[in-house]
Amino acid sequence: MPTGRWGFNYKNMAIDKFIKLQSPAVPLPIENVDTDQIIPARFLKAVERKGFGDNLFRDWRYTSGNTPNPSFVMNKPQYSGTILVGGKNFGSGSSREHAAWAIYDAGFKVVVSSFFADIFKGNALNNGLLPVQVSPEYLEEIFSTIEKKPKSTFTVDLEKQTFTNDVTGNSIEFEITDYKKICLLNGYDDIDYLVAMKEQIEEFETPPAP
Amino acid sequence: MTAKTLFDKIWDAHVVKEVEGGPNVLYIDRHFIHEVTSPVAFLGLKNRGLKVFRPDQTTATPDHNVPTENQHLSIVDEMSRNQVEMLRRNCEEHGITHYGLGNDGHGVVHIIGPEQGLTQPGMTIVCGDSHTSTHGAFGAVAFGIGTSEVEMVLASQCIMQPKPKKMLITVNGDLKPNVTAKDIVLYIIAKISTSGGTGHFIEFAGTAFEQLSMEGRMTVCNMSIECGARGGLIAPDEKTIEYVKGRQFAPKGEDWDKAVAYWKTLKTDEGAEFDMAYNFDAADIEPMITYGTNPGMGIKISEKIPTSEGLTGNDKVSFQKSLQYMGFSEGEAIAGKPIDYVFLGSCTNGRIEDFRSFAQYVKGKKKADNVVVWLVPGSVAVEKQIREEGLVEILEAAGFELRQPGCSACLAMNPDKVPAGKYSVSTTNRNFEGRQGPGARTLLASPLVAAACAVTGVVSLP
Repeated sequence: MPTGRWGFNYKNMAIDKFIKLQSPAVPLPIENVDTDQIIPARFLKAVERKGFGDNLFRDWRYTSGNTPNPSFVMNKPQYSGTILVGGKNFGSGSSREHAAWAIYDAGFKVVVSSFFADIFKGNALNNGLLPVQVSPEYLEEIFSTIEKKPKSTFTVDLEKQTFTNDVTGNSIEFEITDYKKICLLNGYDDIDYLVAMKEQIEEFETPPAP
Repeated sequence: MTAKTLFDKIWDAHVVKEVEGGPNVLYIDRHFIHEVTSPVAFLGLKNRGLKVFRPDQTTATPDHNVPTENQHLSIVDEMSRNQVEMLRRNCEEHGITHYGLGNDGHGVVHIIGPEQGLTQPGMTIVCGDSHTSTHGAFGAVAFGIGTSEVEMVLASQCIMQPKPKKMLITVNGDLKPNVTAKDIVLYIIAKISTSGGTGHFIEFAGTAFEQLSMEGRMTVCNMSIECGARGGLIAPDEKTIEYVKGRQFAPKGEDWDKAVAYWKTLKTDEGAEFDMAYNFDAADIEPMITYGTNPGMGIKISEKIPTSEGLTGNDKVSFQKSLQYMGFSEGEAIAGKPIDYVFLGSCTNGRIEDFRSFAQYVKGKKKADNVVVWLVPGSVAVEKQIREEGLVEILEAAGFELRQPGCSACLAMNPDKVPAGKYSVSTTNRNFEGRQGPGARTLLASPLVAAACAVTGVVSLP
């Protein structure tokens, strides 16, 4: 059983490894995309993590008659890929982790925006979905690259912490904590880490007698 | 000794370990759970062969899915019934206190916590629900977490979190008549926007907050996350201590004295530094209402809906899309707009003072014919108090009906949904597209404003 940097054993890898990918991207140039749009509340009733991908952006993707809405980007055949690009303040609203699950289960591995809501960012990182924060100008360039050529690809290298627009050649470095980077690169999970710390937690709970 | 903020004092006291190049391992004093964000967490524990580490520090209640009438009958919606039942079963299996339907302690999770004395100053409190920030009103570090984090806390009573930055929002001065805690927080979010607080934990300070009751402070902290903040808190004072005293889970005897002595130290030190600060004058605040599709799109009821002048690019597109969804036009007055539904309730404004405020306003008046009104107490205890104080008679005489506790129309996960295209004045915390039902048009407001609208049938000043 592999032992990681912090010296604990992994019973099962809860999340997939993320190292590097190159893919076209699906553009969603809408700002303030909130978690109610990403996954409406009526889909939070599941007791297992299943079917969330189908309900991603449900009320934008489908009309009230349950037919696909042809004007929504995910229904346009020219757009595909494992990268989702959103307008600023992506993921605002509720703490529902189901939002990150929906995006991941729909096949995306990376979300790009110029600004992420905190709780969503944390939920994404805990689930192997990499949030990449870029400058507003760089984001505009991504959108315009995709608009000109929908099949344009982008390369995301977690080791180097770089995001590259393969068409313009412009590359940026994105931020990620050292800890989360190692977790994603190896498919590690926070819970294994905490459970291995049990003794230290018990010590914290009962400080030594004066 | 360096000067510390209240947030620093509480956070630092709970750090078990600082991970090299990573987050803090933060110990959690109190974990609240409900039926929506816990099932997958319990399943995760089962798959790992783990038990709940500290069941006695965990409290559960079903609130999002429950119907607000006929709670003695089986829940009709199968998936809702299933989730509620899962919670009960999981709690039974792990020995967790569960305030289910029919139990005296049942209610909306962020209402029963303080009621029971489970929420106390200086604590770290989490729940798989973003409005956990409510408990910050007691001078606690309280915030919402995702399902994986719920699993983390169940497994280890700890969570891994990077320490947020600190923001100070000061409001001094006296509130004008009819201006309530809800108006203060809607005013603040309109000023700093729904992303203005991102990355920060807010401390609310100043005489405007000191003047508020504990329930008012809970309303403010409840919505601190609507400006993007991780959470919000207000330093504990005599009001806080009085509120907690004698409640079921409040410390007693010698423990009480020790606790109070500690709570009195919970203040920001003179000279402590914040990463960002805002200052507002209470005199500038008037009764507010939202007109758009995020909680920051709010105006004074006396004002007109803004125009898109000065907005460019995506900001302008978003603004116009929002108005289109709401069926409003730029520059028009909001007062006088006809409405269809009024909802009084939720973790934001579902407490006894909110019901007193509503009842006092409608006393001797009549509900407007064209409005459907849902009055939903935040808990069984609040419902009992409404009855004991004779408020039900006042409400019924005016043509209103009281329902049973639950999250109700806040978020369309139970039968209380606002139909597409209908306008609802709601004392809740979010007005996103489809929040109260697909196509529903939500206007956020205080209980007092909701009462005025319920009587006139249009957006009105109280």
